[in-house]
Amino acid sequence: MTLNLLNLLSLTIWVPIIAGIVVLFAGKNDNLARFISILGAIAGFILSLIVYLQFDANFSGVQFEENYPWIQSLNIYYHLGVDGISMPFLLLNNFITVTVIIAGLKVIKSKVALYNSMFLLMTGFMSAVFCALDAMVFYVFFEAMLIPMYLIIGIWGSSNRVYAALKFFLYTLLGSLLMLVVLIYLYYVSSDTFEIFAFYKTPLTMLAQVLIFIAFFFAFAVKVPMWPVHTWLPDAHPEAPTGGSMVLAAITLKIGGYGILRFMLPIVPDAARALSGVMITLSLIAIVYIGFVSIVQKDMKRLVAYSSISHMGFVTLGSFLFVGQYLNTWALQGAIVQMISHGFVSAAMFMCIGVMYDRVHSRNIADYGGVATKMPIFAAFFMLFSMANSGLPGTSGFVGEFMVIMGSVQTKFIYAFFAATILIIGAAYTLWMYKRVVFGEVNNKHVASMSDVNFAEFIVLFLLAFAVIAMGVYPEMFVAKMQTGVKDLVMEVANTKLLIK
Amino acid sequence: MNISLFAAIPEIFVTGMLVIMLLIDAFIDEKKKAVNTIWAILTLIGGFVLQLYVFIPGKVQLAFNDMFILDAMACGMKLFTYLTGIIVVLYVKRYVDDKQLLKGEFYAIFLFAILGMLVMISANNMLILYVGLELLSLALYGLVAIDRDNVRSTEAAMKFFILGALSSGLLLYGISFIYGATNGHLQLESVYAEIGALMKGHVNNASLVFGVVFVVAGLMFKLGLVPFHMWVPDVYEGSTLAVTTVIGTVTELAAVVFVIRFLVGGLALLGPQWSIMLSVLAFLSLIIGNIVAIAQTNIKRMLGYSAISHMGFIAFGLMTTSVEGLSAVIFYVVTYVLTALAGFGVLLMLSRDKYECEKIDDLKGLNKSHPIYAGILLLVMFSLAGIPPLVGFYAKLKILEALVATGYIRSAIFAVVMSLIGAFFYLRIVKVMYFDEQDSEIIVADNCILGRSALVLNGLALLVLGVVPQQLMVACLRFITG
Repeated sequence: MTLNLLNLLSLTIWVPIIAGIVVLFAGKNDNLARFISILGAIAGFILSLIVYLQFDANFSGVQFEENYPWIQSLNIYYHLGVDGISMPFLLLNNFITVTVIIAGLKVIKSKVALYNSMFLLMTGFMSAVFCALDAMVFYVFFEAMLIPMYLIIGIWGSSNRVYAALKFFLYTLLGSLLMLVVLIYLYYVSSDTFEIFAFYKTPLTMLAQVLIFIAFFFAFAVKVPMWPVHTWLPDAHPEAPTGGSMVLAAITLKIGGYGILRFMLPIVPDAARALSGVMITLSLIAIVYIGFVSIVQKDMKRLVAYSSISHMGFVTLGSFLFVGQYLNTWALQGAIVQMISHGFVSAAMFMCIGVMYDRVHSRNIADYGGVATKMPIFAAFFMLFSMANSGLPGTSGFVGEFMVIMGSVQTKFIYAFFAATILIIGAAYTLWMYKRVVFGEVNNKHVASMSDVNFAEFIVLFLLAFAVIAMGVYPEMFVAKMQTGVKDLVMEVANTKLLIK
Repeated sequence: MNISLFAAIPEIFVTGMLVIMLLIDAFIDEKKKAVNTIWAILTLIGGFVLQLYVFIPGKVQLAFNDMFILDAMACGMKLFTYLTGIIVVLYVKRYVDDKQLLKGEFYAIFLFAILGMLVMISANNMLILYVGLELLSLALYGLVAIDRDNVRSTEAAMKFFILGALSSGLLLYGISFIYGATNGHLQLESVYAEIGALMKGHVNNASLVFGVVFVVAGLMFKLGLVPFHMWVPDVYEGSTLAVTTVIGTVTELAAVVFVIRFLVGGLALLGPQWSIMLSVLAFLSLIIGNIVAIAQTNIKRMLGYSAISHMGFIAFGLMTTSVEGLSAVIFYVVTYVLTALAGFGVLLMLSRDKYECEKIDDLKGLNKSHPIYAGILLLVMFSLAGIPPLVGFYAKLKILEALVATGYIRSAIFAVVMSLIGAFFYLRIVKVMYFDEQDSEIIVADNCILGRSALVLNGLALLVLGVVPQQLMVACLRFITG
């Protein structure tokens, strides 16, 4: 085991949060606020990188564990730790924040301090969500996250932002409140503890399992989002500022997927097995139907939002593929890889749209055309990300989808058949949009006056492009770290914990 | 015969100071009325200190022939009452000056109300409980009507008085039945013992249950639970903001302790009977409180409905009749009062002279002009909505835990769904402050530095208690277990 003298996880969580609070009080001095935020974000990233590098891939169980009593009256412990499943998300989260802060440097001109501090707070909260081993710590940060996100969408969003912010908030709150009741219930049945791993061992009747499954479904499916509880996403994304969309797509959605792996599958494995058919059907509907819906979108951000839902369908599909009593390891790894990859790709797509939006102030595909002639460097980046979004081999988008499709062949061929249509549909909506926006004649004076990417934008796009290609060419760097964690999860879910009265 | 008065020294002190204040007030000229404010604060601080001095941890003290009790709950809640009272005075000071309410002896009536609360908290006898309640109620009727040229205030005072008198009547009627059924007992512990003896003998206790129904109706009127809530929105809206602050914050503390004394102290053995009644009232309150609040455009009225829904939560806690449930109730009411106090503090800050900050739209763009006040109100709203890491979350969590522990899982689910609806209107306030552009300039009236720093500390307390709620939770548990 590695040294843990420094409480690395706590540092990773609290450094951005403290930086965020400091920035909040930097107040009117915009440049100071920007400077501190970059420092905070990079510090957070470096810390998470250290955790990543020190992480022992062969060790089964949690690492970097910290456990202190927090609220003894309620038996809540400040218990943190990472395993192979949460590790990649921690890194992704801190990475995306760096890009978001850099992306907002030039663009955000009003309430700079508040904007940056909200993102730093978000990062810290989300890191805590990924590291939490106490269900109440998880819940507190899971909910706390809503506050900065609500403000980000509501203050810096575009025309319909208020509606979108409220819809986002209430939708996610509904799910999490039901989860709260379940967590309290589990607290009592697992003899007065909020330890997530203690929940794993608690035997439950089938009825209880199914009810708990449904509550968790509301909490996490809304976040993922799965069809049919996805409708908040296409409203929230277009109205959110670029940074907000990036964080929302790249990380917030992943919390849903992570919750499924951390809570839903291991706590109620029997219900998960029994209901996996339903979940798979919903996932396939998301993949195919939402894929078609994105083809017809006129608004670029809406299009990418719908494509996110479709891609996240792969995550839920991969999470619920069983072979006998065992979860399908291939598909499960594919689901996690898909989440990470989608984190990079969707963030990059929203960044690209944001770059164009800052110049033309329109998200309509029809307002563009011939961008390539004015912004050649940008067009190249955008091309790469579009390819990744449609799952081209060599980019990160391919790896996860491929693994999930492989896994679904083992379970049932028909699943694989439907899942594989994404490769066609995805290419259709992404590349068709790309064609209409980037190629062709310059069709209006706004586009004609566009200038190519500036330095900050270049850095962000470059970082994301690097991540997308690196993961596409050498996915092993993530897969190796998660292998033991995935294996543990598969073993955990394979056991039945049915309580027969 | 126990004629020791030691335990009641703080109350006697407050009464003495009050009398002196009335005398001073009669002989002082208009310009020097500010001395009343200082006198009121001194009274409350003095009471607080004496309370600390009088209380002996781990020992229950009695006075006035055992009709007056000083136990852990009484001491703790009285300390909170003094503290909240001091903060209220700091908040309303400038407002009261501006609106020229000082003529009506605002602080004297306020202190009478506080005295009533202290008596209610420390009463050990049904009649003393009633006397405390009337002392409080009469003072509050006066406070609501204090702005006598204001039609809405007068109307609100009239409604409050008539309905209040009716509910006091119900309460007394119920007490008289219990008095009869328990062979003439009013002392809480003898009522308890007598009911225990009755239950053992399987005698027909219809008259007892009949009395309990009336008592519960009377008590729930004071808490403002549906269907006894009609006065709440009208009084919240009609009173001047300073009085709404008094009714919406410090009064709730006493009201909840009052209910606990009555139901748990005296009628605990009839728990199955009154907890059913409470559960129905709590259901209705959560529905009406949360849904009707959505339609409000007046913040005071909205906070009134919000208070109804929070009292619904409290009734759920009482319904469990467990130690966890009751300590959750105490925790809930203390943190609710703290939260509401900060909310009213900001609104008081924004009201001046002829202008009352009461329309939700009056807060438009507050974040732009006054980020600190907007920030405090943001914390208040998220805390009321029960979003972690603010203290309101733990209050709800404790109640939910108590519900699940006693097997009321469906009630817990109902309560969280209702708090989702509640989140909607709290978020609307945040939306108005942060997302909307301001259309008229917001002027913050200058309050004294003490008032402003109290407000900031109060706002921060919501966050700090949200991160480290442990000590307060332990304290609340101790109030119940003694």
